Amino acid sequence: MSENSSNNEYWSANIRLVKFCLVIWAIVSFGFGIILRPLLSGITVGGTDLGFWFAQQGSIIVFLILIFFYAWRMNALDKKFGVDEE
Amino acid sequence: MEQYTLNLLFVGGTFLLYIGIAVWARAGSTSEFYAAGRGVHPVLNGMATAADWMSAASFISMAGLIAFSGYDSSSYLMGWTGGYVLLALLLAPYLRKFGKFTVPEFIGDRFYSTTARMVAVACLIIASITYVIGQMTGVGVAFSRFLEVSNDTGLFIGAAIVFFYAVLGGMKGVTYTQVAQYCVLILAYTVPAIFISLQLTGVALPPIGLFSDHAASGVPLLTKLNQIVTDLGFQSYTEHHTNTFNMVLFTLSLMIGTAGLPHVIIRFFTVPKVSDARWSAGWALVFIALLYLTAPAVGAMARMNLMDTIYPGGAQAESLKYDERPDWMKNWEVTGLLKFEDKNGDGRIQLYNDSSEEFAATAEANGWQGSELDVNRDIIVLANPEIATLPGWVIALVAAGGLAAALSTAAGLLLAISSAVSHDVVKGTIAPNISEKGELLTARLAMAVAIGVATWLGLNPPGFAAQTVALAFGLAAATIFPALMMGIFSSRVNNKGAVAGMLTGLFFTITYIFMYKGWFFIPGTNQLADTPDGWIFGISPLSIGAVGAMINFAVAFTVSNATEEPPREIVELVESIRVPRGAGAASDH
Repeated sequence: MSENSSNNEYWSANIRLVKFCLVIWAIVSFGFGIILRPLLSGITVGGTDLGFWFAQQGSIIVFLILIFFYAWRMNALDKKFGVDEE
Repeated sequence: MEQYTLNLLFVGGTFLLYIGIAVWARAGSTSEFYAAGRGVHPVLNGMATAADWMSAASFISMAGLIAFSGYDSSSYLMGWTGGYVLLALLLAPYLRKFGKFTVPEFIGDRFYSTTARMVAVACLIIASITYVIGQMTGVGVAFSRFLEVSNDTGLFIGAAIVFFYAVLGGMKGVTYTQVAQYCVLILAYTVPAIFISLQLTGVALPPIGLFSDHAASGVPLLTKLNQIVTDLGFQSYTEHHTNTFNMVLFTLSLMIGTAGLPHVIIRFFTVPKVSDARWSAGWALVFIALLYLTAPAVGAMARMNLMDTIYPGGAQAESLKYDERPDWMKNWEVTGLLKFEDKNGDGRIQLYNDSSEEFAATAEANGWQGSELDVNRDIIVLANPEIATLPGWVIALVAAGGLAAALSTAAGLLLAISSAVSHDVVKGTIAPNISEKGELLTARLAMAVAIGVATWLGLNPPGFAAQTVALAFGLAAATIFPALMMGIFSSRVNNKGAVAGMLTGLFFTITYIFMYKGWFFIPGTNQLADTPDGWIFGISPLSIGAVGAMINFAVAFTVSNATEEPPREIVELVESIRVPRGAGAASDH
């Protein structure tokens, strides 16, 4: 039983991490890049506004950071809960 | 050296390299044929995934799309990269842990249903076949432009090369040639971009150059570009001109579709461990981002260069005389992808937005009688080195790069198709007792047939070839992605729910696309006009995949909750794929 409850904890920690990453994923692309772009129009970046930057460059950079962050955190979680690969 | 000789050297040299790799990476077992023996280093797999993913469309068409519609094309940039976040967080590690060979196999096992597996096979084959047509025609175009052979001959040469390394090496051969193809295509894409960025802004890195000052005028490049295009009646480059809701849905559909495309997913079966699958998705996006961060710069700079060429003294001054046009225009006129018609007979080229009502008065005052230059957006990347008058070897490199992009994606798709046929249909259903050797032979035969079909379709492209991307992404988004995600994240969804969900998602999405694009893409059979005014709630048929996915989820959960729970061993299967421990054992079967 103890192994099962530890697996449950591992899984909920994973779900929390996934949710956190997906919120950021959505904010930078759908948020800053599209829907919230008018709100950011005051911030200029190289001849245009911050929303344009997020849509054509910023979101891709954030996606990259998110994937590596997730891999790093998950590998740490695997070890913490003893479910990493031998 | 003559340009033709250079092109031949570069293309011939890269082809020899691919053949050499094929001979070295022969597959001896089904595990090698389907999953490269699960021994691919995560970084190399990332490179192979990038080449697998970046097609002729990414390499040739995307920058052209961005060049002509600016911000409004951002969906492609965010959609085709954001899907990797979904893949890395929601699918890749768990499917690797499951440790089998194909996407339909997971769906069939998890939902304990041969029907589910066959629905997945059907979606996979439709999505992959439609996708492969574009690659094959791309190969033909690149050959005919750079090596002066006919389209058909080019296609046969390309198919022969793919045949050689895919039939011989399966996933193993495809993986290592894709690594080489990635190196060729990324050099081909970034080298001209660096030169052009230096010329226009003095900044060597194109993504930074895009947001820097235009060297000739001292104002920011994008401000300058906005000014010159609006002076000619075009929409501004950086503003948003489309429906926000549709743009969100379109971006989301591309993301979900990317994560659900089987030829990308199966690449993550090739790494040794679950943690490698996570890292590898990151590396894949690093290598993809090198091109995707360069593309918007290439688009904006190519548009700037084009405008500068036609209006050397600015939009208010006299435009370029046709007799004084540069050589690259002459070269591309031969292909028919660039056309000039002197409508007002003044011997000069006018390029402006002749469908803008506000600009009509200005055009009339200038004595212009319609825009006279027709530039096919697909030539932007291929003509870029010529527009910027770069040396001949850069042009040859771009030719080799375009071919690498098309061939690597074609091979990945063909592999997904042939493994679905030999592993899911033959081994999984028709002849479960087939020997390892027999299955390997079947896989090779299936690959050979798939290449034959793809070549035939490339020679006789159906009229709807351009529409098929909507279909491929729509299907992947509405059927495969939701089924995989529910299979991992819910242990409650049962066989009935999954099949009902996939079928509703499939028929809903196909119906919506056909209603606008014509039934089976036959022109004139559409019920509704494919224009923003005709779209229901402003949702374009390209964006419908995300809606199809939500319907799939809703139906699957409702049906599952109304019917019995999945059996005990399925719940255990779900629990076991959620933890990485034991992945090595799962692959040794």
